[in-house]
Amino acid sequence: MYKIGIDVGGTNTDAILLDNNNKLIHSVKSPTSLDIKTGIETSLRNLLQDLAIDKTQISHAMLGTTQCTNAIVERKKLAKVGVIRLGYPATASVLPYTAWPQDMVDNLSGNYALVHGGYEYDGQVLSQLDENEIRSLLEGWRQEVESIAIVGVFSSIKNDQELKVRNIIQQVYGDEFPISCSSLIGSVGLIERENATILNAALCKVIETTTQGFVHALQTEGIFNAEVYLCQNDGTLMSIDYAKQFPILTIACGPTNSIRGASYLSQIKDTMVLDVGGTTSDIGVLQDGFPRESSVAVEVGDIRTNFRMPDIISVGLGGGSIVRVNDGKITVGPDSVGYKISQEALVFGGDTLTTTDIAVRLGLANIGDRSLVAHLDEAFAKDVQKEMASLLEQAIDKMKTSSEDVQLVLVGGGSIIVPESLRGVASVIKNEHGSVANAIGASIAQISGQYEQIYIYAKEPREESLKDAQNKAVKQAVLAGALPETIELVEVEETPLAYHPENATRLKVKVVGKMA
Amino acid sequence: MRYLDKEAIENIAIGAAFLGTGGGGDPYIGKLMALSAIEKNGPVKLYSVDEIADEDFFIPAAMMGAPSVLVEKFPRGDEFVKVFQKLAQYLGKEKIAGTYPMEAGGVNSMIPIVVAAQLGLPLIDCDGMGRAFPELQMVTFHLDGISATPMAITDEKGNIGIFETIDNKWTERLARTATVEMGASALVSLYPTTGAQMKNSGVHHIITLSEKIGEIIASKNKEVNDKLQELLNLVSGFELFQGKIVDVIRETKGGFNLGKMNLEGIDVNKDEQMKVHFQNENLLAEKNEQVVAMTPDLICLVDYETLLPVTTESLKYGKRVRVIGLPANEKWRTAKGIETAGPKYFGYDYDYEPIEEIVKKGAAEHV
Repeated sequence: MYKIGIDVGGTNTDAILLDNNNKLIHSVKSPTSLDIKTGIETSLRNLLQDLAIDKTQISHAMLGTTQCTNAIVERKKLAKVGVIRLGYPATASVLPYTAWPQDMVDNLSGNYALVHGGYEYDGQVLSQLDENEIRSLLEGWRQEVESIAIVGVFSSIKNDQELKVRNIIQQVYGDEFPISCSSLIGSVGLIERENATILNAALCKVIETTTQGFVHALQTEGIFNAEVYLCQNDGTLMSIDYAKQFPILTIACGPTNSIRGASYLSQIKDTMVLDVGGTTSDIGVLQDGFPRESSVAVEVGDIRTNFRMPDIISVGLGGGSIVRVNDGKITVGPDSVGYKISQEALVFGGDTLTTTDIAVRLGLANIGDRSLVAHLDEAFAKDVQKEMASLLEQAIDKMKTSSEDVQLVLVGGGSIIVPESLRGVASVIKNEHGSVANAIGASIAQISGQYEQIYIYAKEPREESLKDAQNKAVKQAVLAGALPETIELVEVEETPLAYHPENATRLKVKVVGKMA
Repeated sequence: MRYLDKEAIENIAIGAAFLGTGGGGDPYIGKLMALSAIEKNGPVKLYSVDEIADEDFFIPAAMMGAPSVLVEKFPRGDEFVKVFQKLAQYLGKEKIAGTYPMEAGGVNSMIPIVVAAQLGLPLIDCDGMGRAFPELQMVTFHLDGISATPMAITDEKGNIGIFETIDNKWTERLARTATVEMGASALVSLYPTTGAQMKNSGVHHIITLSEKIGEIIASKNKEVNDKLQELLNLVSGFELFQGKIVDVIRETKGGFNLGKMNLEGIDVNKDEQMKVHFQNENLLAEKNEQVVAMTPDLICLVDYETLLPVTTESLKYGKRVRVIGLPANEKWRTAKGIETAGPKYFGYDYDYEPIEEIVKKGAAEHV
């Protein structure tokens, strides 16, 4: 039994093969292609061609991809979305798409309707759902929309109205029509959850092409028996069916995979991770083996959302960052020679001074032709190194939660440029396979389930509420492909609500289990 | 008189979050409502208090309830006009000369802009707090004996109530109950006032101050330390602490969010600690076990890098912040002001001491 992990990064597409015990058998890197697909096919082919393994024994294939992120940022291949907001007469003062970039609204065609429905904070009906209203809306939208986002006021407390509307849409438009329910995507905060749900709905075509492309690439290489999964940004996996429902959860899975892979390689569950690529360095924090989640509303393609994202700081420093001297002052990056490093860096015979050249000059790395950087003054190289260290030290300090020195796990293809010692860092841990940590992270991911709801502890005591939320999270995990008997609770977050007389609390639980 | 445009509203929202001292609700939804309202009705006129007539009549507009409900169930949009006109009608006033914020901090900085835009009324550069506070009687008008009632209250469904109460604490009690029944979020019009009363009992130029705070925080291409210095000069404030949140302890009691957070010092405050106590708003700050700022003075948490205000609902382990203290309006520093919103009212057993005096004393001890 083998597992394949693929991570599509901005510069490289990495592919790895793991055996039954998650031991790394082989890894390859190839450039990421413009259409993504070719890059995946090439890396798969390169990975398998030297190996004499029985391809029928490949049982799992995992893909970490940036395609959904790119589609949003570049406004490409997005579906025409219809937004149904259940909440009338409340919420009419701020309509869907308020404060969105206009080009994005135009891309999604801007259809929306505010209809009767929604709940109060305590689960009472805000207004009754009107089935006829929904049906006539759908008749009118027949030629207008390719995907629908449903968002209900306080659907995080009760989502049966959202689910009912989903049923009606399936009756009218058929079972295959892509529908996104906000209660399954974001947390409390209607506008941000609505935005996340709209983006999710807009990604239905992108995720369809991506998943088909991946399955096709596997089949072309003769892999027919593998269960196929996509990486989510919380360090867990989802099945293809699940990914089609929640494409937005793939956003920012790249840094997450690196962090998870670093944890696996170093066998450390709580630490800071520095992942150095060609252009940027990402810093994240591992808590009990999973990346720390960001606590602020995150903007995706200039749109404010509230779905979960890893807490990552990116610095414009990588193996290909360009080094310059202006008026005696040294600057490093943020621009980079990127994937052209093997032509443009000095050590490869090019004429651009990069961070890699500095590392080679100082004897930290042995790549390319050392003699081509021998002319660089050592004192100068050390000054550049100081500048690089300072960029990293500031970012590391921002991510710290105490004043104590941290342990740092170093991964990524560009990690050769990182100085031996950094201020605020007690020890640096490296691994020979660190350069493919992201693909390793992709292939060792587990399966999660999450549930969030407001519970009234006065009516439903805390213990019962916790149990209820956990059961619902487990259901989600099983739906996503987890083995029920391996599922364990990994996170509980309780937030009491202001002004509420009966001790209302927003309860969020997360469970994780092994792949079925 | 001047007009408030989109940019002004963006800046006021940031300044209001700052003056919200952690509470008052994140003005984000309010800002979207205000922007939508002026897009539809055109920019809003802002008058300073010196430009209004003593005998003219004004009604403030506000939202009451849980910030966490507002982010999910926000208004229909016509409630403001309804509740405002209902109160005017009940008062028998034919002409209302303008509206103004009851509370400068948080979401209530934005609601009067919506009302002014929808009704074509001027907004007056004045409020009744100079900050955010959790209860209806914590208003400078109350300190001068002005009645909160008659008040009108409404919800998005169309229910409207009028209260006439025997005192302002009863207004708080009854309105709170009605608000919870209306879905924990309601629109209110109360403290109807004359121009003379506003001049005498309001906190003046507060919208302009919010806007300036927002301008400084939002300004690009400036070093954070320069921005901070500019901000402190503007509000006569003090940077009390630079730290990282290492623990947040919360509980819900009597319908309020209570809690405290522990901060561990960074940079200039390395190896020092701070505790900030809050009840919706930040109310008491202790540095190394010594009280350094207390209500009614303002304790504002801002992001360490961006100086953007941090609300108590978004406090989280690991967040790096600066704690800024500023003196409250003089009206809050009177005996009645301290009795109404001082440390003892909120259950902290300390005698109120003005922030600048505590800071001066602290500086002297260092010498």
